[in-house]
Amino acid sequence: MSATQATVRVFRGDAKGGQEVEYKVPVETGMVVLDAVHWIQQNQAPDLAVRWNCKAAKCGSCSAEVNGKPALMCKSRIDHFPAGEPIHVRPLKTFPIIRDLVTDVSWNYEVNKRIPPFKPREGAARRWMQSDIDRAQEFRKCIECFLCQDVCHVLRSHELKHQFIGPRFLVRIAGLEMHPIDAEDRSRLLKDTAGIGLCNITKCCSEVCPESIHITDNAIIPLKERVVDRFYDPVAMLWRALTGKNGKA
Amino acid sequence: MERYQVHEHDVLVVGAGGAGLRAAIEASALGCNVGLVTKSLLGKAHTVMAEGGIAAALAHVDPQDGWQTHFRDTMKGGSFLNHWRMAQLHAQEAPDRVRELEEWGALFDCTADGRILQRAFGGHTWKRLAHVGDRTGLEMIRTLQDHGVHMGFDVYMECTLTRLLKDGDRVAGGLGYWRQSGEFVLFKAKAVVLCTGGVGKAWKITSNSWEYTADGQTLAYDAGAELIDMEFVQFHPTGMVWPPGVMGLLVTEGVRGEGGVLRNAKGERFMWKYLPEARRNEYAADEAEARRWVEAAVEAKQTEDRRPPELSTRDNVSRAIYTEVKEGRGSPHGGVFLDISYLPAERVKRKLPSMYHQFIELADVDITKGPMEIGPTTHYIMGGIRVEPDTGAATVPGLFAAGESAGGMHGANRLGGNSLSDLVVFGRRAGAGAAAYVKSLAATPRVSDVEIEAEMRAMTAPLERTQGESPYDVHKALQDLMQTKVGIYRIEAELLQAIEELAALEKRAALTRVGGGRVYNPGWHLTRDLQNLIVAAQAVTRSALLRKESRGAHSRLDFPAMDAALGTVNMCVVKGVEGMRVAPTPLPQMPAELKALFEPAKELVR
Repeated sequence: MSATQATVRVFRGDAKGGQEVEYKVPVETGMVVLDAVHWIQQNQAPDLAVRWNCKAAKCGSCSAEVNGKPALMCKSRIDHFPAGEPIHVRPLKTFPIIRDLVTDVSWNYEVNKRIPPFKPREGAARRWMQSDIDRAQEFRKCIECFLCQDVCHVLRSHELKHQFIGPRFLVRIAGLEMHPIDAEDRSRLLKDTAGIGLCNITKCCSEVCPESIHITDNAIIPLKERVVDRFYDPVAMLWRALTGKNGKA
Repeated sequence: MERYQVHEHDVLVVGAGGAGLRAAIEASALGCNVGLVTKSLLGKAHTVMAEGGIAAALAHVDPQDGWQTHFRDTMKGGSFLNHWRMAQLHAQEAPDRVRELEEWGALFDCTADGRILQRAFGGHTWKRLAHVGDRTGLEMIRTLQDHGVHMGFDVYMECTLTRLLKDGDRVAGGLGYWRQSGEFVLFKAKAVVLCTGGVGKAWKITSNSWEYTADGQTLAYDAGAELIDMEFVQFHPTGMVWPPGVMGLLVTEGVRGEGGVLRNAKGERFMWKYLPEARRNEYAADEAEARRWVEAAVEAKQTEDRRPPELSTRDNVSRAIYTEVKEGRGSPHGGVFLDISYLPAERVKRKLPSMYHQFIELADVDITKGPMEIGPTTHYIMGGIRVEPDTGAATVPGLFAAGESAGGMHGANRLGGNSLSDLVVFGRRAGAGAAAYVKSLAATPRVSDVEIEAEMRAMTAPLERTQGESPYDVHKALQDLMQTKVGIYRIEAELLQAIEELAALEKRAALTRVGGGRVYNPGWHLTRDLQNLIVAAQAVTRSALLRKESRGAHSRLDFPAMDAALGTVNMCVVKGVEGMRVAPTPLPQMPAELKALFEPAKELVR
């Protein structure tokens, strides 16, 4: 890459097939991959399909695979890639392609509908300390970019969408479960339809999270522990049988 | 005629930001069959980008606060051009709407005694903004989204509505297209609620996303509804100015709310120079008092000290920054310096995490160690579709509007934090208004095949032309024009030139051409968005020409003072047989019991 020009190879195509097309893009200081895609739209390919909204890493729309790595295009600085080498931009692999960089992520929205919503405990005061909600707030930072879903090998390589809801929705469940006054019991869901057992904690999801949510350590592992306590720990099971309590605070 | 899908609903809500989601939730709760159409995926609307907080007189930090003070601040901030009834409902109902969000699972930052924490913002007398760090909008949209998906309404994602259909004078539905397939879709509906946001993509430097293309304003205008106050466009004082790719990106007012200081290239803290005389006593007298106020704010303690001058209203701060730069005291990249690095780094990272990341990742600036460079950016339009305050009803039967696409609530200038509260207060009211209207209807309105066919032909024309300009080129010309001639400061000669140039751009936009088919084709989508933007740009420019005074966000170099007579009218835009008509209409007058909340001699300055 010269100081003033970058070579960007963008996947152009649809479900029937396609290939990377090379574009030479003038480079400005601080430019990101999404700027390059916009330049291509404005100057060479007005029909280049791409999703984006905020351009500030707040909406999670411009997810793609840049040089093979799931990333937000609005956060991928051109000057962070090796100079002189082409930058490859491709759509998320885990979801069906619609056109160019746009994929069909509607499956995620269907999964979300199946998660039982927040249910406040009856009579609970709406008062809690900041330290009680720090963890749940971490999960609520999620911008639904679905990069964690894209990188997760259970979904990406094994294509087990019918058995596993993916890191994004385990984070969502964790956010609900760790709300100080939530009273819903989602452990059966976690074990069965959510398929939490399929996660073998390789932490790929945590690595790609643009919000730096500790997906595996703070969300998935504690939820796995809940499922173990609930379904596989004989002492806890006996306690629940005797007291009738489901183990939630 | 091309075949198309048909969906039928009692209420069709267009736009799935805070207002649209809240409207859909309300109409559903009242027993209506509701459809919600969004141009983007669910949860990506502009609300997600709101950072600083939601204004509501909860009085958790400053117990002196109450709806009357919030109402007064809002009217003063809007230079008394607001519809008094909207400002009143907003101030009275915002606390309940915030508590409702909490009831639906939102987790706001907390006070030491475990209640919703509130921070200071420009123009608000007391600390009033409930917030979650600097991602309040995300918290709000996700809460509404997750609550809404269990209400049973249908969500149509990546679908753009291009025309409202009417049966006689009543709304009967709308025609749109799927972005993913390019196929058309007809929505038959007894009522339509427009919650489509703003018009900011008509300017070059903007904090707005591709979505902000005046869709609702244009749909309503074409259907015969009135638009008001379109000359009032808010230029947010603090957008990023460097590097070029992020120019215009929002820097939350929360930075100033947390104690951020503005300085020019000479190191002068210039905001004191620009405080309006009538408001000067609301602000700290010197650096020492401002500093004591910040120290109290950091600890969420009450204080007798007055707030720093940086917390003046947005219109005023934007003009101040513009003037500093114009007079040669700007920063290297044409802005001024905003500095919060004098506070402990951990505090800054905790309260402003996304600002910290935004600057370090996109501009190589560590805001805990040094100042940011910032300048004004097009952010929000105060004007919009004229609505009846209690119900959100537009001037066309069956049409409703809420949020940024509606006008009247904010007058000549919006206070920061009053937008998120506007969305939920009036989203709920518009949803209820539409539900009541639907129940009052005797017969289901019918749509016309002739109108549908005409709209489909107009939409596909750019794909069928063999010659024509790229819509991107016309869009760029529009943005350059509005940026240079209809910006923060306006003058008659330039407004007249802009009107002429807009007429030429309108002709060019009608003849654009794109290739590439109908499947997810952003160039094709822009051909229509661009036409909407030009309608809005014309409404802004023509209204600005008629308002021969400076008030709120509208500043005329040739008329630098307020004109009392113009303080009693809204500029009103309607589509006439011969084209756009703009004329003043009387501003509804505040009843005596609300007037009594102000000190007549000092505050009721029009």
